[in-house]
Amino acid sequence: MALFAKAAAPDWPQYLAQRAATARDARLARFFAAGTIAPDTPINEAPLVALDMETTGLDPQRHAIVSIGLVPFTLNRIALAQRRYWVVRPLRPLSDESVAFHHITHADIAQAPIIDAILAELLEALAGRLVVVHFRHIERPFLNTTLQALLGEGIQFPVIDTMSIEARRYRQSIWARFRRWIRRPPVSIRLHNSRMRYGLPAYQGHHALTDALATAELLQAQIARHFPADVPIGSLWR
Amino acid sequence: MEVELLDIRQHMGGFPPFDMIDDDLLDEVAGQIEVAYFKAGSDILVYDQEIHHLCYIRSGAVEVYRRNGDLYNWLDEGDIFGHFGLMRNNRVRFPVRAMEDTLIYFIPEVLFEKLCESNDNFADFVELERPRLQATIEEQKKNNDMMITRVRKLVSRYPLIVAASTTVQEAAHQLTESQVSAVLVVDSMNDAPRYIYRDSEARPWQVRGILTDSDFRGRVVAKGLPPETPVGEIIGDRLIVIQSDESVYEAMLTMLRNNVHHLPVMHRLSPIGIVHLSDIIRYETNSSFYLVSNIFSQVNAAGMARLAPDVRAAFVSMVDEGADSRMVGSALSTIGRSFTRRLLELAEESLGPPPVAYCFMALGSLARDEQSIVTDQDNALVLADDFDPDEHDAYFAALAGIVSDGLNTCGYPYCKGDIMATNRQWRQPLSVWKQYFNDWLNDPTPERLLNSSIFFDLDAIYGDSLLVEELQELIAEKAAKKPLFLAAMALNALNRTPPLGIFRTFVLEQDGKKNNSINLKRRGIAPMVDLIRVHALACGSRAQNSFDRLDDIDQTQLLAPGVSDNLRHAFEFLSMSRYRHQVIDIKQERPPDNNIEPENVSDSERHHLKDSFQILDYAQKFLRFRFPMPAE
Repeated sequence: MALFAKAAAPDWPQYLAQRAATARDARLARFFAAGTIAPDTPINEAPLVALDMETTGLDPQRHAIVSIGLVPFTLNRIALAQRRYWVVRPLRPLSDESVAFHHITHADIAQAPIIDAILAELLEALAGRLVVVHFRHIERPFLNTTLQALLGEGIQFPVIDTMSIEARRYRQSIWARFRRWIRRPPVSIRLHNSRMRYGLPAYQGHHALTDALATAELLQAQIARHFPADVPIGSLWR
Repeated sequence: MEVELLDIRQHMGGFPPFDMIDDDLLDEVAGQIEVAYFKAGSDILVYDQEIHHLCYIRSGAVEVYRRNGDLYNWLDEGDIFGHFGLMRNNRVRFPVRAMEDTLIYFIPEVLFEKLCESNDNFADFVELERPRLQATIEEQKKNNDMMITRVRKLVSRYPLIVAASTTVQEAAHQLTESQVSAVLVVDSMNDAPRYIYRDSEARPWQVRGILTDSDFRGRVVAKGLPPETPVGEIIGDRLIVIQSDESVYEAMLTMLRNNVHHLPVMHRLSPIGIVHLSDIIRYETNSSFYLVSNIFSQVNAAGMARLAPDVRAAFVSMVDEGADSRMVGSALSTIGRSFTRRLLELAEESLGPPPVAYCFMALGSLARDEQSIVTDQDNALVLADDFDPDEHDAYFAALAGIVSDGLNTCGYPYCKGDIMATNRQWRQPLSVWKQYFNDWLNDPTPERLLNSSIFFDLDAIYGDSLLVEELQELIAEKAAKKPLFLAAMALNALNRTPPLGIFRTFVLEQDGKKNNSINLKRRGIAPMVDLIRVHALACGSRAQNSFDRLDDIDQTQLLAPGVSDNLRHAFEFLSMSRYRHQVIDIKQERPPDNNIEPENVSDSERHHLKDSFQILDYAQKFLRFRFPMPAE
């Protein structure tokens, strides 16, 4: 099927199966063994989980995770009752600027567990669900780098990136090229601005749980507006 | 780690019925909701599907349909739906579709039940048909000016103070000298004084008690104590006080609760004055009282016209202080009557005594005691039957002219429909007036009655009121027995219909058309008055005021139980809404009118207006059914 033959997306089922067989850490092995759903599963039948992390910066090599929020959902319902949220203590010290940004203080962090202590719960909440993020170059690379440092083995998994869905619509379309040509600034594809385009309410940003909820709602809106409800997930994941 | 979903909780906490829920329970609700997005045009609930959630609109807007596909309601941010289905077999009764892109919070059934069980207000809200309007009206009733005005406003002078060692004779002397009826008694400081008085040299004293006029009777003379008795020995040991920032209402309650007529007013620990029961009573009846006496002291129309700003000021302060529509309506009507009366007195002074008896008659809103600040004059003259047109009409034409011109000067413009005593047709002896009413009653057609409904709100202002009472009598006796007349009146009462409501920045009509503003008198208040009048005429009521008429209607079985209360609440809300928007106009230095602009309408007002229009809509449908045109 042409839809999921995109060069960008690896063969996720095969990758996960292979890692399940080779992972040394039991928690990772369980996560990989839960696998993923088949690429031709329609999105409205797929179990999803919106994931957001607040980090001390944008570079996984230099910065660290300070909080993680997630909300399991489907295309029909976001289940807030199953939400999870952790503040974690980074392995590196926290800079003052990032504190101002997240409202997570040194004191909060000092009392928080390191990620190792919550990893089992986190991976269990993600296992068997397709992860949805806004801007895929944060959550997956940070988690991968953190686990490399902690366990000596990393993690990869398929994600749907609501920002790249927005980018395809609003940055790469003919209309977007026309805007560039008439020297109009490109439309913003940040989470808040993207939500505005779908009539979604303004939430207080920069809280990992709120942003995860905001991302889940955004995906529901994007699918409702731009895709058939049964679009195969293989055409969306990266 | 439990995370407060603050954003969700705060949003829900801002809208009824969740605004009545305490924070802990609201946190629990916020933590259990499910969320879903619906594109404009998509179905949210379809008829007869199973339902296990209460739906809350976080953003967007929805349409609610009847089973037959008719539009039943539209709802937007902060509204709930699905509760009827939850309470009736878990089946959707009214299908719902997204009108705009909409985000819905689904609240699980178990929590819905918990909310209903733990909070009566919540249960009432979801169980009763239209309770939020009622709740608001009742809330506003409590919020009249007595609730808002602080008691310190009633304090006019510093309290008289005597030391405990003062003799009762000396204290009595000081009370008489100062023309007050109570004095505070202070004593040297003890370890833990509750209230402290500092004298002119800043020495602290403890406030021990209050001595009032009646104490001299009850505690001194009746007990046979000598005049030398120190006051400290006779005062009681309990001191009831009120803090200066409490409401006048609270002061009144404190007096009632403790059966006292005087209350020392404290600013924190220190006394600043004493209020007496009579201060409260005087305060309540104060403002329009002053204005009316001022009207009667004027010697010409120009002097009266100069009071127009005072009328507006009294109106603004009444509305701002939370008076209800009956208080405002009757105060403005009293003012309107006073202007008219004073003008008639002045006219009689200049024209001489009237040649025959007459009664100057108010029609329309003035007769109903429901005037607003925007009103023209509607009046007529009923003359005694010994009136001879050739001989006497010149006098009454002149009288009517003076009054009408005077009213116009004072801010009551001439009636556009020429329903004024200056019009010869409406300046007639009683027998002719009876003929007019008999014609309307016996030979009614909707066309003939179209401009006559105003004559069915009538009241005497000045002169021989028996003349007008005879007309009121005639109407009350005959109207109820004239089905054709009632049907014609009912048909005319349906000429003006309410819109569906105000939605965002426009007025939404029943047919989906959008308008930029709405004349609240034409589209709400007048149709309501018209329909209440028809029911009142049908039950033989002599009342003119719409609320009084509803009371009379309640004595009969004309309306189903609860309907008249709904009408009262809706009428009250529409009337107050018009008054509030006239106050906005005045404050923004625009001429007040009967229009309201959607941008000046708050969220809750929008909801209540919609409810009120819906009540009016139902009541009009019932009116059509109740008073059908009899077959030829």
